[in-house]
Amino acid sequence: MGYTFQFGEVFRYWPLLVEGAINTLLFSAIAMAAGLAVGIGGAVCRNSSNRALRAVAGGYVEIVRNTPLLVQLFLFYFGLPATGLRLSATEAAILALIFNTGAYSTEIVRAGIENVHRSQVEAATSLGLSRTQAFLHVVLLQALERVYPALVSQFILMMLASSIVSAVGAEELTAYGNRIQSENFRSMEVYFVCGAVYLGLTYVMRFVLAFLARFLFPRRRALARA
Amino acid sequence: MAIVNLSGVRKSYGSLSVLKDVSLAVERGTVVALVGRSGSGKSTLLRCINGLERINAGEIVVDGRRVEQNEATLRALRQEIGIVFQSYNLFPHLTVERNVTLALSLVKKMSTAEGHAIAERVLNQVGLGDKIGAYPEQLSGGQQQRVAIARSLAMSPKVMLFDEVTSALDPELKEEVLRVMEGLAREGMTMILVTHEMDFARRVANEVVFMHQGKIHEQGPPSRLFVEPATPEFRQFISSAIN
Repeated sequence: MGYTFQFGEVFRYWPLLVEGAINTLLFSAIAMAAGLAVGIGGAVCRNSSNRALRAVAGGYVEIVRNTPLLVQLFLFYFGLPATGLRLSATEAAILALIFNTGAYSTEIVRAGIENVHRSQVEAATSLGLSRTQAFLHVVLLQALERVYPALVSQFILMMLASSIVSAVGAEELTAYGNRIQSENFRSMEVYFVCGAVYLGLTYVMRFVLAFLARFLFPRRRALARA
Repeated sequence: MAIVNLSGVRKSYGSLSVLKDVSLAVERGTVVALVGRSGSGKSTLLRCINGLERINAGEIVVDGRRVEQNEATLRALRQEIGIVFQSYNLFPHLTVERNVTLALSLVKKMSTAEGHAIAERVLNQVGLGDKIGAYPEQLSGGQQQRVAIARSLAMSPKVMLFDEVTSALDPELKEEVLRVMEGLAREGMTMILVTHEMDFARRVANEVVFMHQGKIHEQGPPSRLFVEPATPEFRQFISSAIN
């Protein structure tokens, strides 16, 4: 093993690495927010009394969870143009990430909703709240509070999996890594640094999501202090 | 004119008939205690009054309004009827204050300040003014149940329903809840309660209704009913409830 690491060859490209890291975070943030919205909608449909809605949501979850993310991405990027809808690599990448995260979030949020006891809805509607108000203010908030750790780990998995979108050349960290190593032929150093940056990004995300939780779920903070 | 009027109410779950032709009138300002063995239909009867259970036949009228299973009717009706449950059913993710004010702001569209003033008043009424910022899990069972009563009171209901509200509580915690309920009765609140507290029923209720196998088996003022039970079923029930 006479290999000499030359990280200087990689750090020369630092503006590209920073841009890639920022884009990865940006893609992930969009996919998280939109994916959670899809997940809440999906969970509502899965618990709906309407059989068609249940079937559509169930089918969506089954299909997404049982096919590779890479294939889903190719469908958005290479497949959709056949229908006349041409997306840029970045657009296809973000849509595929939302589509994918939405399905996993649906199952997580559904589990949370099912764990909120029916008596909570009875108490809320007995006070005159509408079914929608009871769902939003009583059921959904409790459900999200309960499954928040599961959502956080799902979001982090998604952020890491987003490296796959480099396959269509979406402009994120791994894609830039590919570009750098094609110029300097330092594959070992380049991907080593990329890996380290991903590791750092997971800590950034954990920190931000923990910070958000303090505002979304004030009970935890209050009880931790007591 | 009775404020709550049930006539010919029937309710069944599949082939199991839970309420068989129940009729009952509750006058304004009175306290009616529903007693009986478990499975006699008393809790179901209570839950039919605010539409939590759908009846199969008969009619329930509360304050001139017919209880029907559509959301608009039920929402309007439920602002007039408070209900307190055996398991409190407080919203665990909200503070005591927000538990009380949630419906005030969402249903009655009150401002935060108006809601806060009402929360302070009703929480003081149940002796928990100092717990306004606490979360339910920081309270004892008795305190949680008193918050649940305050939450109902905040909506200024015309009738309050109590579904075995002390059954989950230790004896010493029962007392604090019963005291609050007794205070409400003194102030003239119309109350219908399902209870196993025979002493309380005897002391506070104007009318005791003994349910047996889905029917009203015997009813009357406690002074008469508990002294001279007319039916052997009620006699047997009293002696087993007291021992």
